[in-house]
Amino acid sequence: MAESKHQVWLHRFAVVTALATAVLIGVGGLVTSKGAGMSVPDWPTSYGYNMFALPFKYWKGGAFFEHTHRLAASLIGFLTTIMMVWLWLKEPRRWMRWLGVIAFFAVVLQGVLGGLRVVLFKDQIGIFHAALAQAFLVLVCALALFTSRWWRQLPGQTVTSAQAALRPLLLGTTIIIFAQLVLGATMRHQHAGLAIPDFPLAYGKLWPATDAASVARYNQERIEITAPNAITATQIILQMAHRIMAVIILGAVTLCAWQSRRKLGGKHPLARVSTVWLGLILTQVALGAWTIWSNKAADVATAHVVVGALSLVTGAMLTIVGYRCLSPLTAAQTVSAKRTSSLPHGATQMG
Amino acid sequence: MKRIITLAALGVVAVWQVANAADITGTVTLKGTPPPEKEITPLKDDPTCGKMYTTTPTTHFYVVGSKGELADVVVMLKGVTGKSTGASAAPLVITQHGCQYEPGIAAVQTGQTITVKNEDPTLHNVHVIPTVTGNDEENKAQMAGGPDLSFSFAKPENFVKFKCDVHAWMFAWVTVVDSPYYAVTDKDGKFTIKNVPPGKYTVTALHRKAAPTGVDQEVEVKDANVTADFTLEVK
Repeated sequence: MAESKHQVWLHRFAVVTALATAVLIGVGGLVTSKGAGMSVPDWPTSYGYNMFALPFKYWKGGAFFEHTHRLAASLIGFLTTIMMVWLWLKEPRRWMRWLGVIAFFAVVLQGVLGGLRVVLFKDQIGIFHAALAQAFLVLVCALALFTSRWWRQLPGQTVTSAQAALRPLLLGTTIIIFAQLVLGATMRHQHAGLAIPDFPLAYGKLWPATDAASVARYNQERIEITAPNAITATQIILQMAHRIMAVIILGAVTLCAWQSRRKLGGKHPLARVSTVWLGLILTQVALGAWTIWSNKAADVATAHVVVGALSLVTGAMLTIVGYRCLSPLTAAQTVSAKRTSSLPHGATQMG
Repeated sequence: MKRIITLAALGVVAVWQVANAADITGTVTLKGTPPPEKEITPLKDDPTCGKMYTTTPTTHFYVVGSKGELADVVVMLKGVTGKSTGASAAPLVITQHGCQYEPGIAAVQTGQTITVKNEDPTLHNVHVIPTVTGNDEENKAQMAGGPDLSFSFAKPENFVKFKCDVHAWMFAWVTVVDSPYYAVTDKDGKFTIKNVPPGKYTVTALHRKAAPTGVDQEVEVKDANVTADFTLEVK
């Protein structure tokens, strides 16, 4: 009983850590959206002060966002450390204890990458920092899931091969979403504003011209206030790839939601969450369009980052639950199932 | 003895060159209608910087006169290297005033000091982002009333970006030239490259928007001033 009570609190702590991590991704997204990532030139100090003792008079403009990001990241590091120790001391499942250790090292690496991006002036580190943030969010959400009573009580379900085919579909779609987030991070860390300023067309065409003369003309026409780097043909192609990937993801998630409903029934948790997932993707598509129409307004672009992260997490959790509870029938079970399916009210699902 | 003769010969050549040097002058005009500038609303909305303005400042990518005279064009002799006198030249001064850089477009020689001042009642960070190997990226904080900052670049490079990340709309662009033969056009689109030794040169005009990679013109300098006018085009 005592252990059960303890697990409840560990689970609640993991949920709080996961929610705080999602907020941190929003704050980090805001730093990049505001172009403020380098506003505090030193690290781990801030303007020469201990990070935790920076006078409020320096919390101005971009420095406000960057410094808040550093403090919020420190909090997540602290929470993750507590979670690792808690898991190590009290968690009976060995693999869970090691997952806590992995989370700890991931958050340390993430902090160091954030600092190195500042002192080494490397945008590439910023892109990796953004991608690792998404992966770390998935990890802490998984810890929250694994520590839940619901996960422990989740029954294994033996299903037909057609139903089990949902699992690679969910996994593949989630991997595509992660690739899309990395692509988005690459675009954001070019600091060149919008490579294509219109939507749904691109420079008034289905596919924009990317020859040198056309790109020169685009740059002559661009009047940017905060991201004045000249755009390149590569950046235009990157944004077109991002748009095409968005269409693929929308199709894949629609397929996941439809197939889950059709194969598992509308009341199955996987079917219900898949519908929520589709809602998130539709919201994300709308935010992507709004990001362009608003000329990459910082709050809209950041909302696009956050909903992207939530879409990834939803896909990852669906995949994990799918692999846990949808076990394909063995060959012998398949034969038996075929026999029973000829009977009235024959069921293919075995609890 | 040989060394003295060599030095004397070099001195004679140098004196002869200065005596025969001439200026390259000209006007840069813009053909076509540039896109409208935008209001820098984040500047006006900033609680500290916004107080310094009664109206919302605008971007100034194209500073064009009534007859198309184009300011902020860097004009220089292309391919003339190893002639820098930057080490002994007076520093270029860039001032942060009203949370903007003044000037926003400038040129210096390799090795020449660039002094950045902060006249604002707020902190800035001066983040210089060159892209040519040999020129180092730097990022330094500068408090209100803080001491001047100094930068210099070893290699020639067009449009090195100076940026304040605290105030994301603040940019300056400095072109680094490996000789003293350059100028930046004034509000009338005029420039003068002084004391150019006799010879045939390619003069190039660079503008951040209208000619980011430069527009070239061949000139020959003899013993009289030479005119080289440019027309840049917005398509």
